[in-house]
Amino acid sequence: MPPDTLRDRTAVAVADPVLKSNLRNAVDRFSTARERGLGELVDPDGLRHAARAMRGHIIGDWAPTLERLADKLLANGAHVCWATDADEANAYIRDVARRIGATSVVKSKSMATEEIGLNDVLAADGRKVTETDLGEWIIQLAGEHPSHIIVPAVHRNRHQIADTFQAEAGMVERRTEPEELTAFARTALRERFLEADLGISGANLGVADTGSIVLVTNEGNGRLVTSLPKVHIAVLGAERIVQTWDQADLLLALLARSATGQRLTTYTSVVTGPRRAGEADGPDELHVVILDNGRTGLAGTEFAEMLNCIRCGACLNVCPVYRQAGGHAYGWVYPGPMGAVLTPLLAAKEAEGGGPAELAGASTLCGACMEACPVEIPLQDLLLALRRKKATEGGARGEHAIWRAWSEAWSRPALYRAGNKAAVRMRRLAPVAAKLGLAKRWTAGRELPALGERTFTERWASGER
Amino acid sequence: MTTAALFVTCVLDVAAPDVGFDVVSVLEASGHEVCVPTGQTCCGQPAWNSGYVNEAAKVAKTSLDAMAGSDADVVVVPAGSCTTMMRLYWPQLFALAGDEPSAARARELAPRIRELTEVLADATTAATPPTQAQTSPVAYHHSCHMLRELHLHDAPLAALEAAGCPVVEWPDAERCCGFGGAFSVKLPETSVAMADEKLASLPTEATALVGADLSCLMHLRARAERQGLEMPVRHIAEVLAERQGGSARS
Repeated sequence: MPPDTLRDRTAVAVADPVLKSNLRNAVDRFSTARERGLGELVDPDGLRHAARAMRGHIIGDWAPTLERLADKLLANGAHVCWATDADEANAYIRDVARRIGATSVVKSKSMATEEIGLNDVLAADGRKVTETDLGEWIIQLAGEHPSHIIVPAVHRNRHQIADTFQAEAGMVERRTEPEELTAFARTALRERFLEADLGISGANLGVADTGSIVLVTNEGNGRLVTSLPKVHIAVLGAERIVQTWDQADLLLALLARSATGQRLTTYTSVVTGPRRAGEADGPDELHVVILDNGRTGLAGTEFAEMLNCIRCGACLNVCPVYRQAGGHAYGWVYPGPMGAVLTPLLAAKEAEGGGPAELAGASTLCGACMEACPVEIPLQDLLLALRRKKATEGGARGEHAIWRAWSEAWSRPALYRAGNKAAVRMRRLAPVAAKLGLAKRWTAGRELPALGERTFTERWASGER
Repeated sequence: MTTAALFVTCVLDVAAPDVGFDVVSVLEASGHEVCVPTGQTCCGQPAWNSGYVNEAAKVAKTSLDAMAGSDADVVVVPAGSCTTMMRLYWPQLFALAGDEPSAARARELAPRIRELTEVLADATTAATPPTQAQTSPVAYHHSCHMLRELHLHDAPLAALEAAGCPVVEWPDAERCCGFGGAFSVKLPETSVAMADEKLASLPTEATALVGADLSCLMHLRARAERQGLEMPVRHIAEVLAERQGGSARS
């Protein structure tokens, strides 16, 4: 976990002009695509209402759906692991890898495996792990983590990617055109696919009716990861479940359009059990790790709607803070508005400097995220609720004392008026005040506001009209 | 004649008292009799947005008492963000603070709480003034509270156009300015970066940057001044009062 504070990280990020330009180009492109994609629908808001209601219905009583999904998975010949936390999930996956003697592991993009830190666990156990989503591979080579939940390398432009390929992946002749970079990756990754003994994926949805998991990708790597190696492990966030294919249909339509503006992603892969007798493709073993890691703790709380999230990234793309600072500045796995809500709830431990709780402050409460969310999660309300939680849990005594003093003064009209009068009387001291404490945080980049000579209230009371 | 009780926002009281008189004059010109109830302080939003419910409720209660105690037809708030706090969040605030009677009063008062341009839009239907020659193009900042909480996109534009100030295209008009209350000092670098992007795309033909939220404008002006950008940043009431010839001050 990062030792510095949210402010430190954002300050560094916003001072980077290349990052700024990379981010703006990308989020504008995705936001425009999203608007166009949703605009094709007859009643996108009606679908969002329906999706919210459906997600609320499932999550409101999710145990039967989860159990039914697990039963169906088992009936289809899959193995199921109920992982309470990251350690249990990692241990299970590590043990499967040990048992089959896996030396080379290929992965398709999965934020759930980022959440549990799986790659480090497997690497420490002597497995060679290769991310095969192009963006994930780029940041893996660069020794970074995703800065966006669907576009992990969004913070890098093609020239920076070429730098990484030259330095870390043996690209001899420098190429910077997207097609050339992709072709290079394709060739390099093909070898990894062919040698891999274990494929690990995430899962966008689990469908209880048929015991299937659904993966959406745009590169086809997901299909190779789930069908080429002899063993496939899918890590499914416990909340990413639906009962029926009709429900899956609605979420997939909203997911693709909200994420990239696509009607459907290039590949929508459905995995229902391992390879059956007579089938040419597919793994001999399929394991589904159902990951809790704090999720059940949110059910029934004021934060329950966060479990409705389908990880489309739309809230990141419209967030003015994400737009300036990018995903790494948030400091944890999930960035943007959804990350600012989810991280403090899942990552309970406070880190040195500022813990995850301070992420609730990474918002101006502008409401753009709520407007973009395909399942209408009231992200702004949840950010406010997290701020209340932080305030009542007493994380910041000094801050509470300030607000208490403020409250005592401003709840007494005479004292309030006197305070305002005093403020305008002392405005000539402003240049001095500007150099002090909190004021410096304002004046480092801005002038102090000019104050009136007398307050409005004074002037009105004296009969001025 | 409609009576209007003016809510004097904390920013207006100390940082923009002249704007207060401009608000009064545009209200009077649109057929309102204006009073300023005594005993009001602040809407409580700064503490509410920081998570301090009891502290916010205690302050908001003084303003609720003052405004609900007035028998004016409407409570006029010359700021989208304070309007949002008072109309949309007060009931929840008082309920969370365990003050049910105040929550009930806040719910009862809510329909009477009106943002300035909303009141002007209501008034125009009654007595539409002749539209003036379109001579002073302005850029209008759609603040987040006006746009996404109050859904007041058209009312301020209509008021400006009626006053002869055509609103020019501004690609970033609807983008958050980066103020965000405590956000502006908690993450100052990001706050300033947001203002910079917004200011960078200001159209050159605009004679002023106009908005309906003094706090956003205070932040944008403070940044524009630091950058040496010569663009007047003005509250919509200043512009309207000046165009109707009622502003003796600005």
